[in-house]
Amino acid sequence: MKKNTHILGIETSCDETAAAIVKDGREIISNVVASQIKSHKRFGGVVPEIASRHHVEQITVVLEETFEQARLTWDEIDAIAVTEGPGLVGALLIGVNAAKALAFAKHKPLIGVHHIAGHIYANRLEHEFQFPLLALIVSGGHTELILMKKHGVYEVIGETLDDAAGEAFDKVARMLDLPYPGGPHIDRLATKGKEVIDFPRAWLDKDSYDFSFSGLKSAVFNKIHNAKQRGESLRKEDVAASFQASVIDVLTTKTFRAAKQYDVKQVIVAGGVAANKGLRSALKNAFAESSTPLLIPPLHLCTDNAAMIAAAGTVAYEQGKRSGLDLNANPSLLLK
Amino acid sequence: MYILAMDTSTHTLGVAVMKNERIIGEIVTDLKKNHSIRLMPAIAALMKETNIVPEQLDKIVVAKGPGSYTGVRIGLTTAKTMAWALNIPIVGVSSLEALAYQGRFYNSFICPFFDARRRMVFTGLYQWDGQQMKRIVHEQNVLMEDWLEFLGRKKKQILFLSPHIDAYRTIIKDHLGDHSLIPEDVYQMAKPSHLALAGKMKQADHTYTLTPNYLRLAEAEANWLKLQKEKQND
Ligand SMILES: [Zn+2]
Repeated sequence: MKKNTHILGIETSCDETAAAIVKDGREIISNVVASQIKSHKRFGGVVPEIASRHHVEQITVVLEETFEQARLTWDEIDAIAVTEGPGLVGALLIGVNAAKALAFAKHKPLIGVHHIAGHIYANRLEHEFQFPLLALIVSGGHTELILMKKHGVYEVIGETLDDAAGEAFDKVARMLDLPYPGGPHIDRLATKGKEVIDFPRAWLDKDSYDFSFSGLKSAVFNKIHNAKQRGESLRKEDVAASFQASVIDVLTTKTFRAAKQYDVKQVIVAGGVAANKGLRSALKNAFAESSTPLLIPPLHLCTDNAAMIAAAGTVAYEQGKRSGLDLNANPSLLLK
Repeated sequence: MYILAMDTSTHTLGVAVMKNERIIGEIVTDLKKNHSIRLMPAIAALMKETNIVPEQLDKIVVAKGPGSYTGVRIGLTTAKTMAWALNIPIVGVSSLEALAYQGRFYNSFICPFFDARRRMVFTGLYQWDGQQMKRIVHEQNVLMEDWLEFLGRKKKQILFLSPHIDAYRTIIKDHLGDHSLIPEDVYQMAKPSHLALAGKMKQADHTYTLTPNYLRLAEAEANWLKLQKEKQND
């Protein structure tokens, strides 16, 4: 009988210090996330230097907790997977250097993982993959459509040309004086508002799967600004609903069209914005009639965590990919 | 008894292995190269050369700052994680104290410092008391001008040590004249062997709570605190 594969994952690319152990790339044995959101809230966004300071304080505590929950010993760990990029460089460095120290001290193979590959593989903790599959990644740092024909190989067929979707949510939230992080607040307000403002949709070229949200962001800004100047009142709920409708319309339409064109067997959604209820229901509606299954992971696997890094790392491990002790953080790492 | 010491708090990358009372290996470079890429390979190479496996280590000593925030964090993260994985004690030693050891046989005050930008320095005042490197004045982030004025009032001989000595040579001489001594450049960088020695004599820290010796709040934090104070005064 084949022995089980246990991979330790480490993720520190933004404001969560996380570690996890995953069995055979599909089963979470332990999953620990130390969030810094409370600390960054007072600044209205993630402050890189503060994030790095928290990571270095938390890293060994999180590792200890991960092993305690797992009730595993080091003998049972096959390799260490760590987010190599993209992300905040100072934050990434903590995870990368911790992973290298572990790999050396415990004589384990080291595997650098792309953060977005992690988001994609979060889905495999729930459902086995069927290829070809299409992944829509939507988070504060990313908006991408990725086609996968087999494990570990990623083809970016569309990406944002400016702001990430989550970034647009945060910026619009700030215009509406909503606290950080703004996404959930917009989502909540949107359910109480009506789509009375016709904000633009950036379709770009007819066949393009790329995205753009900066025009929409400016349109929202102008709308609020002009209303203020004319002394008109604008319902925050309506602005939120109209803005969110524009984002969701573009995301859903392009995802649906790509799924059809590439004749995929699965569509998966990942990243922090996948927690948005409006987006979840719009995608579900769009794919309700289609024969292509739509998979959205539970909320705790949509946001940053290390189980997803361990899951993606498992595939890389099985494919023989290894990193050296000279592995570095790469804030602008490309997904290949 | 094997001790591994590491320092990445300035441009200097230093790794040393100590066996009982002796340094059996040391790697030191003073290059503007990436610590994140080079630290772990340097440790691996030195341990291979000295024929030691990680399981043989009894203690890890790390320079905990002040210095470059990123550099200090790379050293501390590596040291803490290794100490945790091997379940051995860790000791954090001030990077200024480690540098002060270059003046170990000087019989007056020793002032190690690092440039902290905008004419500020991270510094403190030390003196060897026959047994240990004793801190005479607490470490601080201060305008060099103010610090030198303060030192001038001590009317004592002071040895200055810093990898950034060149930028401050003139101002030191202007303020302290004959009361200052600036040795050759080879003494201006910290040595990991000194770090190992300093750490050997100290009590272990807690692996979980050992944090960098930044000597300065993050800028956003400082601004935020200032804003809260202003609000209170309104
Ligand atoms: Zn993410």
